[in-house]
Amino acid sequence: MAELTYLQAISDGLRTEMRRDKRVFVIGEDVGVYGGAFKVTLGFQEEFGHWRVLDAPLAETAIVGACTGAAIMGLRPVAEMQFADFISCAWDHLVTVAAKQRYRAGTPVPITVRLPSGGGFSGGPFHSQNPESSFAHIPGLKCVCPATPEDAKGLLISAIEDPNPVLYFEHKHLYRRIKGEVPEERYTVPLGKARTHREGDDISVITWGAMVYTAEEAAQQLDADGVSVEIIDLRTVMPWDKPAVLESARKTSKVLVLHEDTRTGGFGAEIAATIAEEAFEDLDAPVKRIAAPDTPVPFSPPLEKAFIPQVDDVTAGLRELAAY
Amino acid sequence: MATTEAIDVVMPQMGVSVSEGTITKWLKQEGDQVEADESLLEISTDKVDTEVPSPASGTLTQILVQEGETVDVGTKLAVIGGDGASAEPKPEVPEPATAPAAAESASVFDAVSTPPTADTVEEAQPPQPTPSETTETQSSNGKTFVSPVVAKIASEHGVDPSQIPGTGRGGRVTKKDILDFIESGAQAAPQAAPQAAPPAPPAQPEAPKTPAAAPRPAPAAAPAPVAPVAAQAGETFEPVTAMRRGIAEHMRRSLDTSAHVTSAIEVDMSKVSAIRAKLKKEYQESYGVNPTYLIFVARAATETLRDYPWINGELRGDQIVTRSYVNLGFAVELQDGKGLIVPVVKNAESLNLLGMARAVTDIAQRARDKKLLPDEVQGGTFTITNPGGYGTFHGTPVISQPQAAILGTYAVVKRPWVIQDDMGQDVIAIRPIMNLTLTYDHRLVDGALAGRFLRDLRQKLETWDESTY
Repeated sequence: MAELTYLQAISDGLRTEMRRDKRVFVIGEDVGVYGGAFKVTLGFQEEFGHWRVLDAPLAETAIVGACTGAAIMGLRPVAEMQFADFISCAWDHLVTVAAKQRYRAGTPVPITVRLPSGGGFSGGPFHSQNPESSFAHIPGLKCVCPATPEDAKGLLISAIEDPNPVLYFEHKHLYRRIKGEVPEERYTVPLGKARTHREGDDISVITWGAMVYTAEEAAQQLDADGVSVEIIDLRTVMPWDKPAVLESARKTSKVLVLHEDTRTGGFGAEIAATIAEEAFEDLDAPVKRIAAPDTPVPFSPPLEKAFIPQVDDVTAGLRELAAY
Repeated sequence: MATTEAIDVVMPQMGVSVSEGTITKWLKQEGDQVEADESLLEISTDKVDTEVPSPASGTLTQILVQEGETVDVGTKLAVIGGDGASAEPKPEVPEPATAPAAAESASVFDAVSTPPTADTVEEAQPPQPTPSETTETQSSNGKTFVSPVVAKIASEHGVDPSQIPGTGRGGRVTKKDILDFIESGAQAAPQAAPQAAPPAPPAQPEAPKTPAAAPRPAPAAAPAPVAPVAAQAGETFEPVTAMRRGIAEHMRRSLDTSAHVTSAIEVDMSKVSAIRAKLKKEYQESYGVNPTYLIFVARAATETLRDYPWINGELRGDQIVTRSYVNLGFAVELQDGKGLIVPVVKNAESLNLLGMARAVTDIAQRARDKKLLPDEVQGGTFTITNPGGYGTFHGTPVISQPQAAILGTYAVVKRPWVIQDDMGQDVIAIRPIMNLTLTYDHRLVDGALAGRFLRDLRQKLETWDESTY
């Protein structure tokens, strides 16, 4: 096993599939000559050629539309949105066509859309969002949000293999900051299976993406209080691992749902509602949510820091639940 | 801006995802004068190579990272101005170690520079509410609020949460509190278990069941957990249900509260029996209810209570409570005689005989089907219990608190009865006789009052007037 950054693990997963399966190709803005805005596809055009690493115009609608057509004709396209925020241009092709094609005509649409998402670097309102809940709400789409390098590779391969459109949200804040052991061989991480990031008895944190690390730091602070915190990393938001979440909720009876996306209508609302509905009799405190406020992501660094849930916010929330 | 204050030069954030950079060349050396925004050094990251401009004018007093070294974003590279000592960290450091964003035309947004380092922003962050502040603003309903999981555990173990010391918000009993409480009560159970499984005596084939039942700890509901009792040969244990525990608590409390006295009276039910026989077919065919003796007693008792408000009353602190209505409770057996519930017919004074029959049939059925609403077992002002169904002719029931009295009805038995014939002579006749008891709280109701109540009740039953009732 090699130690790779989260970003290198994504490249590794993509390269593995492109070497294995000639149907897999990459399309996106500057993914070819330039190697991608974040260099995920650096060297890909040299290895796989111009026809499998396609530079597209600045037209997300065209990218997803081309992918949908190629997928219906039997290929396995992997699209890169330069930033997850830009996917909104392709909403119609993704939601109206790709998500419903299999339901309407029985045709699989095996496309993967890579979405560099998340904030923390003053990217401002157009380059920092986490729009997973918007797409988790669309039947026919799957949403993947890896937190570790190992999951980043395994989930990307599962996404490419999957016969449905899969949105792969890769968190920019993790790209080069997070490193970890990644198996060199090909492997998959199943969609819809959560990972217990940390076992605990007193409070469950349900989260995903970069917030896994925020939760981890907060949990370490709670250790000092003698409160044992369990962290469930959902890994995929749709489908999501309801049994794992309910099992943890029933074990600890106190649940904090944490996400970087804004609060109202965020995917945490779905999780909290499900826990209230199915594990009500096992709760010892109200299900608590910590999320960003309902505003665009601010550019100003202090404001952005106040916007994105920080370790101190999570620690305070956990202490509140512990004292309830 | 020339400065004498020491200013730090840090490794800039060259784009959203870059976490480290390499110094490729220092363009100035220690001791050199530099102007603000003049190029100071060259760095290389895995995305771009670029020059770093000086954040201030002054002397480059110290170079901290040499060429060829790779350091994390935010690492201090050099100091400008001052005496060469390190600059003190400041709450907000807007020094724009601005990277030329234009160096990367294709993904300009990724190259947006982010001057403040993680550390400096940390300091500038608005204070977070402390946990104590947030908890103080919460409501303090803790002592009485029972969370779903605590309620579930309490029900499973027959424990009363109000008897448990709470450590949660406002003294609330947490899941941990109740589990600890149950565990502390069960601690002695493992010691009892070996004794609970004695060698089965030959004459007692049931004995092997004992070990299965024994490990279940005796529910510790009482304030002081009861010492576990070891099963003797031939004994079996079964857990006390929540209902049983509730009945036990209420009965004990009632006897500890009221001064129970019972008076009894014998009632000739001939007239009621005759009317009952007449109504039975009509009631059953038209309304699907049975005009039982109990219905007649309930109707007559309700009517009599209007004249005896104290018996329909309550001693509440220093006050005697009387009412303009009668909420009549009926003791209903459940679980084959192993359970009891007292549903209440509200405003019984507004019901005629048929209405009473329907109401009693309805609540008794729903009590057995467990379909009573919580409101329907509360608010009783007087209770009737009917243990006579099995032939008993007398009893001393326990008052349902906080009521003042409970009426017992018993078996209707044909007895030789001395009556007067038309000529005023005593003769012995066969008459259906029912005993009625009134158990009352002598704190409020004296024997004479109870006697008068029973007398009037008998009078109504023996001279039943169909037009009135």
